[in-house]
Amino acid sequence: MPVSVKHSQLIYDALKACDVQLVSALPETWLVHLIHMAEDDPEMTLVRLAKEEEGVGISAGAHLAGVKSAMLMQNHGFLASINGIVSLAHLYHIPLLMLISYRGEFGERDPWQTQGGMSTEPLLRSLGIPYDRLDDPTHVASRIAKAQTLAESSLSPVALLLGRDLMWED
Amino acid sequence: MLRIDAMRAIYPDLEQCVVVTIMGAVSAELQSIGHRPNFFYLQHAMGLASSMGLGIALSRPELPVVVLDGDGSILMNLGSLTTLARYRPKNLIHVVFDNESLLSVGGFPTATSTGSDIAEMAASAGIPNTCNVDNLGAFTDSFATARAAGELSTIVAKVEAKGPPVFLTDLPLLENRFQFQRHLRNLRATG
Repeated sequence: MPVSVKHSQLIYDALKACDVQLVSALPETWLVHLIHMAEDDPEMTLVRLAKEEEGVGISAGAHLAGVKSAMLMQNHGFLASINGIVSLAHLYHIPLLMLISYRGEFGERDPWQTQGGMSTEPLLRSLGIPYDRLDDPTHVASRIAKAQTLAESSLSPVALLLGRDLMWED
Repeated sequence: MLRIDAMRAIYPDLEQCVVVTIMGAVSAELQSIGHRPNFFYLQHAMGLASSMGLGIALSRPELPVVVLDGDGSILMNLGSLTTLARYRPKNLIHVVFDNESLLSVGGFPTATSTGSDIAEMAASAGIPNTCNVDNLGAFTDSFATARAAGELSTIVAKVEAKGPPVFLTDLPLLENRFQFQRHLRNLRATG
């Protein structure tokens, strides 16, 4: 499977450097290594979800309880989480660090991913969620750290879009 | 059984726990009994109270956590039962007040009115202790048993579809949120 182990490790190390202690996740192809890294790390609490919106509640609980968390999801998982983002994270000013695998962009071969790809950024913008892209490995650590800093200072959800060039090795 | 009587019966115990409630009647009635800084009322995001309780319970295993849920809410997030069961935090009690209706929006019947059994679903999901109770004595007994068990429990309490005349309280959402967070932080500092 040509998902980049090296770049997944970069992302995981950046989360650890930000003191993330809890990760919620729903498996998707690009996230497999990240999920295994969380699973194999005795210091990380990995919560495997049935549906991504649960992760909004879990991260909200963790935040109020004093634990930093991150959410790993596909962009369709982001779509499935929107009510929770609006009616919990936005309503109650809860920081969320959302790492979203950006399927359906240029280069996508799976027809079923294409519609979600076209809706992802317009929805992030319409929800007023600050976001940035992760495409270049040299940007990973600083962008994740800065995203978390803004989430914590603004008490708001932020998103990082994990791009094909970073996650996939053709 | 009236939900407010059930909450009144366990109120002295709730004062010792971290409590997350759903919106509507549960929130308004618990506040009418008496707000505490360790009570958080999730005034929207139906279905996510159980997820929030899980997030708190996993983050702070030393704290007893109680989620006061409802049939309409948990039916929106049935997957949460499987996630609770998967991690089965020992410090979490999940109470579901089942009035078989969406009371806050006009009393339309939920699927529990036509036979869906939330306690059975919780048991099938793998939650170790589950029960259905329909009277105050059985409710308080099951809550005390769950507190003593030190194991994840789901208690489904059948209650009448009656609630307070208004759901709006004088506690702003954000005041509740920051007070609750500060309280949990102070518990860590003093614990």
